[in-house]
Amino acid sequence: MTDAAELRRRTQELLAAHPPAETDRLDFLKARFDAGLAWVHYPEGLGGLGAPRRLQAVVDAELAAAGAPDNDPRRIGIGLGMAAPTILGFGTDEQRRRFLRPLWVGEEVWCQLFSEPGAGSDLAALGTRAVRTDGDTPEGGGDWVINGQKVWTSSAHVARWAILIARTDPDLPKHRGITYFICDMTDPGVEVRPLRQITGEAEFNEVFLTDVHIPDAHRLGEVGDGWRVAQTTLMNERVSIGGMRIPREGGMIGPVSKTWRERPELRTHDTHQRLLRLWVESEVARLSGERLRQQLAQGQPGHEGAGMKLGFARLNQEISGLEVELLGEEGLLYEDWTMRRPELVDFTGRDAGYRYLRSKGNSIEGGTSEVLLNIVAERVLGLPSEPRTDKDVAWKDLAR
Amino acid sequence: MSQVSTEPDLLYTEEEEALRAAVRDLLTDRCAAADVITRGESGVPHDPELWKALSQGMGLAGLLVPEDQGGQGATHREAALVLEELGRAVAPVPYLTSAVVATEALLACEGPVAAGLLAALASGRTVGALTVPLNVGPGGAYRTVRLENGSLHGELTGIADAAAADVLLVPAEDGGLYAVDADAVTIVPQVSLDQTRPLARITFDSAPARPLTADAATAVRRALRAGAGLLASEQLGLADWSLTETVRYLKERKQFNRPVGGFQALKHRLAQVWLEVVGTRAAARNAADALATGSADSDVAVAVAQAYAAPVAVHAAEEALQLHGGIGMTWEHPAHLYLKRAKADSIAYGTAGAHREALAALVDLQAP
Repeated sequence: MTDAAELRRRTQELLAAHPPAETDRLDFLKARFDAGLAWVHYPEGLGGLGAPRRLQAVVDAELAAAGAPDNDPRRIGIGLGMAAPTILGFGTDEQRRRFLRPLWVGEEVWCQLFSEPGAGSDLAALGTRAVRTDGDTPEGGGDWVINGQKVWTSSAHVARWAILIARTDPDLPKHRGITYFICDMTDPGVEVRPLRQITGEAEFNEVFLTDVHIPDAHRLGEVGDGWRVAQTTLMNERVSIGGMRIPREGGMIGPVSKTWRERPELRTHDTHQRLLRLWVESEVARLSGERLRQQLAQGQPGHEGAGMKLGFARLNQEISGLEVELLGEEGLLYEDWTMRRPELVDFTGRDAGYRYLRSKGNSIEGGTSEVLLNIVAERVLGLPSEPRTDKDVAWKDLAR
Repeated sequence: MSQVSTEPDLLYTEEEEALRAAVRDLLTDRCAAADVITRGESGVPHDPELWKALSQGMGLAGLLVPEDQGGQGATHREAALVLEELGRAVAPVPYLTSAVVATEALLACEGPVAAGLLAALASGRTVGALTVPLNVGPGGAYRTVRLENGSLHGELTGIADAAAADVLLVPAEDGGLYAVDADAVTIVPQVSLDQTRPLARITFDSAPARPLTADAATAVRRALRAGAGLLASEQLGLADWSLTETVRYLKERKQFNRPVGGFQALKHRLAQVWLEVVGTRAAARNAADALATGSADSDVAVAVAQAYAAPVAVHAAEEALQLHGGIGMTWEHPAHLYLKRAKADSIAYGTAGAHREALAALVDLQAP
């Protein structure tokens, strides 16, 4: 078993062999990956050492103290948080070896081609088609041709690869006819168009897929097993949303509290009452997150993660809404409506108006609040499921 | 802004879970809802047998008292857990008022009188009550009685669990805190919203008083802070019962040929209550841990817990009543016990609004 002391020793070895100050950033990251210190809970040879996941913090602390570069995880969040665990869980040895290293060091950015204009909350109803060509592969069929449209794809314009789910058998009920692929974003059939949102920016894209070619070697999991594979991806999305640790006033309540303290002329009795209420709720949300973190660290299963996103979505919206109102005349202004394509979404340093508009998406993206309330009611409280009329109906016969 | 120094332990330890199980077993056997409802209208609203089992049988009245002073030498974390279970059963026992609030007041005092009373309260053979009205929160103003030649004169109202008390801890006009035997005063029950924690009017007519400390303000503040902080755990118990029982009932209750718990409008309301219970648990554990460790963050932790938990308990009880439909409106069904306790608790030891006001000063978010 690899323990903390062993990880510290290996980290110091890495630092000695590749002093960060004298080593190219990418070279250092590659060396770190090859030393098994990228994500220690991954298997040996794939950037890890098969160590407990919590010990990653030991490595990260040592490296940070030595001033080592990191892999800029925010830039490659979809790769790290969603593509990688799915490739690890369902990929062939060859796929793991080919994709994980450039993914982790950030040489290759990933995006996610899941949502469609006609498949939002009901993702399994997706209609992008994958048709197998005639040919000779060990499984009998040949490579795949993809046609359809995906939406809400962040990083599509910078991504080298995408994780993609598409319909391979329209005659089966919706969950069963889906297959999971790795899609080459440089294929000439991939067209990426910015999708401008209410903030004026386009942080997402629409992706049009026209006769895109995917070799069968880039299929992830069995044909028709794509829905199950996608559950791994989506589960990891929620883990990464719920697992963050924040200090007091670390969230959206921070800027409005600062404004309140620095600008007494804006204060009114009404906004004071609302601010205090939201401050209390933010602190309790923070404590709930901390309690969840402590539960997970002890290996106690907790359902609280499902609730964290619901809480933060509402708080972000209410707090930024209050801040716009508190600012009065300034609240009537907006920083900039110019169409831009940011690579990262970052609330910090942005005006209240931007945060107010952007946080409207928090209760839609990654599962709408309404769907999440159903999930809490059904999986946590054990209440009856929503009536399902589409379970045994062939996808091609569904209403749309 | 105050900083959080050490990370609080927000979980329950194995020992705490064992304690919970023991208390819950006892309450399941000895504190049935139907009996609590009947007792409310009897002349003896408190349950002396249950109190004896909890205090003398299990030693729970002395959790906050060090062992060398006659107690169990435990902390606010364990006392909070007991309150969580007592709240879940709306148990009519003077635990919060005697084993927490009066005990904390005595812990702030010195001398043989206070030491003797502390040991007596810790044993559970004596029940104590601090004569500050239940609605007063930490730092709040309260009435006192007149001291003349070593005895007390005056009248106080709104004193919780006074009817069950053997000894009263009484702040007097001279700024001191005094012990008075319940036999030496007139205690008249007031018809109370929450019959499981009834209030009383106390008349002092030359009641002999033994001095406990010259600084009642410090003792009272300490007592009310602990009361407010641990009340959040009682509120957690109330809310958790309300949610659990409503979920259970709505899986069973059928209308329109299906369980009503399958209707999305109701599912979402219950999921919302669950979210609030999750938050309350984190806030209540945080307050209990802060009090237990003497954290510099205690004032904030208590104010946050009370500002959050008070409306949650009320909301959960109100939802329980509404979602039970007609049966929830009957005297026979226990939902009203929880509603009345939750509503009374939302005033006890300071309203949520009072605690938010306290926070405004504590975290530097000053009023206009």
